[in-house]
Amino acid sequence: MDQLLLEYLPILIFLGLAIGLSAVMIGASFVVGPNRPDVEKNSPYECGFEPFDDARMKFDVRFYLVAILFIIFDLEVAFLFPWAITLGDIGVFGFWSMVVFLAILTVGFVYEWRKGALEWE
Amino acid sequence: MAEFWFTYAWPTIWIVIKILFIVVPLLIAVAYLTYAERKVIGFMQLRMGPNVVGPFGLLQPFADGLKLMAKEAIIPTGSNRVVFLLAPMITFVLALVGWAVIPVADGWVLSNINVGILYLFAISSLGVYGIIMAGWASNSKYPFLGALRSAAQMISYEISIGFVIVTVLLAVGSLNLSDIVLAQQKIWFFIPLFPMFVIFFISGLAETNRAPFDLPEAEAELVSGYNVEYSAMAFALFFLGEYANMILISAMTVILFLGGWLAPFDIAPFTWVPGVIWFALKVSFVLFVFLWVRATLPRYRYDQLMRLGWKVFLPFSLLWVVVTAGAIVAFDWFPK
Repeated sequence: MDQLLLEYLPILIFLGLAIGLSAVMIGASFVVGPNRPDVEKNSPYECGFEPFDDARMKFDVRFYLVAILFIIFDLEVAFLFPWAITLGDIGVFGFWSMVVFLAILTVGFVYEWRKGALEWE
Repeated sequence: MAEFWFTYAWPTIWIVIKILFIVVPLLIAVAYLTYAERKVIGFMQLRMGPNVVGPFGLLQPFADGLKLMAKEAIIPTGSNRVVFLLAPMITFVLALVGWAVIPVADGWVLSNINVGILYLFAISSLGVYGIIMAGWASNSKYPFLGALRSAAQMISYEISIGFVIVTVLLAVGSLNLSDIVLAQQKIWFFIPLFPMFVIFFISGLAETNRAPFDLPEAEAELVSGYNVEYSAMAFALFFLGEYANMILISAMTVILFLGGWLAPFDIAPFTWVPGVIWFALKVSFVLFVFLWVRATLPRYRYDQLMRLGWKVFLPFSLLWVVVTAGAIVAFDWFPK
């Protein structure tokens, strides 16, 4: 088999073992622990009140906005990884190319800052 | 038969043995981290901490584990049963498999893959799924709000962690974790990259939802966030996963900035100590600082947290990536 892929085999076995271990632990608590269900115990916790409506309600759009911004910057980090590794080979030209790319991204960042997308009051 | 044994069965068994040598010490370390947390915070507040079960309370974590084992596993009526049980499993599994690439001493690593740091980055990014699935599947208000907060917080700080990793990579020129440690033989990276070390440590606190960034489980307002509805071993898996993640982030700090398994001075009495001991000591020290921070600092407000992540750490770490790269190009400090 390919030597490179063989390096990943232990990770796969580890993943399998970890899944097995966690399944056994969850299963054990159903086997070992008591099981006396009742309506009050199984209702969602709301500090002693009767739950009065579904918990899956509307939530603030800012959480969505943060997720979108995260995608942009995380992709940027993903671009930086190979660049950081090969900087010795691509030298000064590679450095300035990335500075131009980051400068364009910074313009976007300044725009969203001025627009108030990062405000949480 | 003999061929099958030597080419397939024996290597697999050997791998399983090595995995057990990672998982068992890790779970013991997690158990004693919970003990150390209560003890350290106890002493910092002039209390005794747990001291009843066993000598100095040393058997406390096992008593806690057994108690959780004997409790009833409750699945709330309105929940999605499969996702509800899957969420703690994901958190626990991800906290374990990250350890597959951590080199605890020279050559002591389960899988020495050449993209080790990317693998760790990916695993720690996936951690958010366990939490958001728990919050959604519980179908209860506190877990839902806790999960939303937690997800937004973790992804915000992940960006600065990414930039910090890029800075270290600029100085190393390799994604392999053993190479990163060996590149620090002359000087540990926390000295030349000190600002990034501070950012990484604070982002690590936020990434593992530790105080002062423990808003997702702020007990005063959200009673305890995404794991309100969990009980018995499902709760225990969240708990174990969270503490194993703490140890993982500490190990990452040690590998990226504190010289991994290397001795602090490359002279006789220090080099006699095996690398794995140095590694464990350094990880313990970082974990102690985690606990110290929790005992000292009050909790952040949510708007302060997001401001720190997006308006301070993100621009600063981005700038520092450019500064570091510029210095390397200008003075011809390329890693060999």
